[in-house]
Amino acid sequence: MVIEHIDAQLPGAITDRHDFRGDQTIVIAKENLLAVVALLHREGFQLLVDITAVDWPERPHVPGAAGAGRFDVVYHWLNLASQERLRVKLPVAEGESVPSLAGQFKTANWFEREVFDLFGIPFDGHPDLRRLLTWDDFPGHPLRKDFPLDGGDAFCMEGCTAPYNNGERSRG
Amino acid sequence: MTMDSIALSRQLLDGDKMIVNMGPSHPTTHGTLRIVLELEGETITRATPEIGYLHRGVEKLGESLSFQQFIPLTDRLNYCSSIMNNVGYAHAVEKLLGIQIPKRAQQIRVLMSELARIADHLVCVGVNAVDIGAFTAFLYLFKQRETIYDLFELAVGQRLHTSFTRIGGLFRDLPEGFVPQAERFLVECEAAIDEMERLLTRNPIWHGRTRGIGVISAEDAVNWGYTGPCLRAAGVPQDLRKAQPYLGYETYDFDIPVGTTGDVFDRYLVRTEEMRQSLRIIRQVLDRLEPGPVMVDDPKVALPSKEKVYTRMESLIHHFKLIMHGMEMPVGEVYSATEAANGELGFYIVSDGGKNPYRIRVRPPCLPIFSSFEDQVKGGLIADAVAVLGAMNIIAGELDR
Amino acid sequence: MSELNINDAVMTTRLDAVVNWGRKNSLWPMPFGVACCAIEFMSMMSSKYDLARFGAEAMRFSPRQSDMMLILGTITNKMAPVLRTIYAQMAEPKWVISVGVCASSGGMYRTYATLQGVDRIIPVDVYVPGCPPRPESIIYGVMKLQEKIEKESLSMRKDHIGRFYESLARQEAIQTEKGLTGQQTIREMLMDAADRGAGTIF
Repeated sequence: MVIEHIDAQLPGAITDRHDFRGDQTIVIAKENLLAVVALLHREGFQLLVDITAVDWPERPHVPGAAGAGRFDVVYHWLNLASQERLRVKLPVAEGESVPSLAGQFKTANWFEREVFDLFGIPFDGHPDLRRLLTWDDFPGHPLRKDFPLDGGDAFCMEGCTAPYNNGERSRG
Repeated sequence: MTMDSIALSRQLLDGDKMIVNMGPSHPTTHGTLRIVLELEGETITRATPEIGYLHRGVEKLGESLSFQQFIPLTDRLNYCSSIMNNVGYAHAVEKLLGIQIPKRAQQIRVLMSELARIADHLVCVGVNAVDIGAFTAFLYLFKQRETIYDLFELAVGQRLHTSFTRIGGLFRDLPEGFVPQAERFLVECEAAIDEMERLLTRNPIWHGRTRGIGVISAEDAVNWGYTGPCLRAAGVPQDLRKAQPYLGYETYDFDIPVGTTGDVFDRYLVRTEEMRQSLRIIRQVLDRLEPGPVMVDDPKVALPSKEKVYTRMESLIHHFKLIMHGMEMPVGEVYSATEAANGELGFYIVSDGGKNPYRIRVRPPCLPIFSSFEDQVKGGLIADAVAVLGAMNIIAGELDR
Repeated sequence: MSELNINDAVMTTRLDAVVNWGRKNSLWPMPFGVACCAIEFMSMMSSKYDLARFGAEAMRFSPRQSDMMLILGTITNKMAPVLRTIYAQMAEPKWVISVGVCASSGGMYRTYATLQGVDRIIPVDVYVPGCPPRPESIIYGVMKLQEKIEKESLSMRKDHIGRFYESLARQEAIQTEKGLTGQQTIREMLMDAADRGAGTIF
């Protein structure tokens, strides 16, 4: 229902939408994020449940196309009055920044720091964009697909005396 | 800018202020987090929290494990109420698969979740009391917690990290003797909560330390992303068990306690009442527990019984397929939330149809709550920071993942 | 008045034995509680299991007042320098029990974030397996430590601790020289140790 409202008030903002297992999802372009968020807030989606990202390293970057760019920044909203949930996805290319929502939703502050830390996606206008979970001179962004699970040899996984280290954990 | 240089630069700038470094190893942090407090006398003028000291890389690890193998990792998220994490995760994967679990499995999941909720609240209230200085309540409450662990051990074989659920149900049925022991627990626990209330609820010292500390308005709480007891204490009656029922919660009769000011005392009252409501739910589950299977009857999801694997070709093939290739997962993404002891525990799973999840995200209830810490303690006394921290119930395992 | 027999009043023993007897029966634990094992530690301390039976109930959260450090939970790379500092702050004699698989070996977390065993950065005396170990197991670990203390040689301890302080000085030197964070320094030292074929940095 809210998707129709967005479509009516901001025509062309929604580039793609799907409904899988009852989870409403819309894909919007980066430029429209703040307008859509303002509208959502008016519609009663006041609880920003989560911000996260997904890395799709093989996806080509076609400017302007729906669902292009390396990362998806994923927002989850909850409407406390109608208990409706909405997922908003925002494709961004590597190195591209995303407008911060920290001014409107205080909870966005740490979630955005976490995404910045683990994926390396910068947020424009964030008051305090520092790493959240890893430490300051941590090499790389761990949740990117090209970051090895054991951090490469960076943390001395190999060659140490402990016997359990000899075999690699089998991957999928 | 590193945390140390933040601390240092402030000290240089404001000579008359004092910097106190709380954590990462501090008795009241219950886990590992660090707060750099800037004090003027005993008043907190600034508090900069830092987390990540227990960041173990669970989300990354999940990408290299199959859907079933991730269950033990969920135990270690909120280690005070492991079973609820198991249930939340299994529920999310079942949503992705689009399957319904048998009635008995649902009932046992509710039963175990509510036991875990009581255990979590007991730890939270007990430890909050210890930090403020009331040691007696802690000992009374921990006695009950041991009883809950005995029940878990009886049903699952482990006290803390249960890994009780499987995708599609549970790995075993309740053993004989569980129900009478649980009924005995209901009576004892009720008495223990009464005893705790006698120790704390009208205790003037407890009032002095908790009333008006950490006050938050309903709008602010929603804006900060609060969920669970902390949100309800602020006056928002949001409980996913009622608002978006799962596992048949709509069929149970229970109330949602709501506070008014959101301060530490209200959070304590909400948690206490929630324990009583959980006891009510457990009683209803025990009354209506009906016999039946605890695992879905779907060879593409559930492992066949050992007996069948040894005697039937088809079961052997299913067993082999499930172990070697995993379940057949649809391509898609789901977000599924359950009401954990701390609030909304969400799992966002992206599947590319492979054996392992493509991306698995845990939405921890503590993280948004803890992010408001500075707001909560600013202008208060340093001793109040401890009370607020205890009432937030920060569990580092799910905070940092 | 009968004559006092010297053998009734005086007992001869070795210095090691009498000092160690005293030490082993008055261990003051410092719980370095980071994760799930700390929850089991609370059980161990409270009414049902009661560590007081072993003379080790005087919990001290300050490293300077305690001599047995219990590492309860996963030590991440971010935590590693903190753990080293806290261990260094403890007064001699000091012992370490590594409780649970995460502390002992990294356990199930073979990831970029987790230290694969605390014995790489500080000396460990007793390892307690389990995820998490039952309170009985932790108590058994304490008993094993008491046995170990009983047999210890006082002069050997110096050597053992000296190596650790040497590595701490080395860590500080690298940290100031290269301007790194503690985490990065330990990582470099671990890599350096791996090149030499050593598993530990002390």
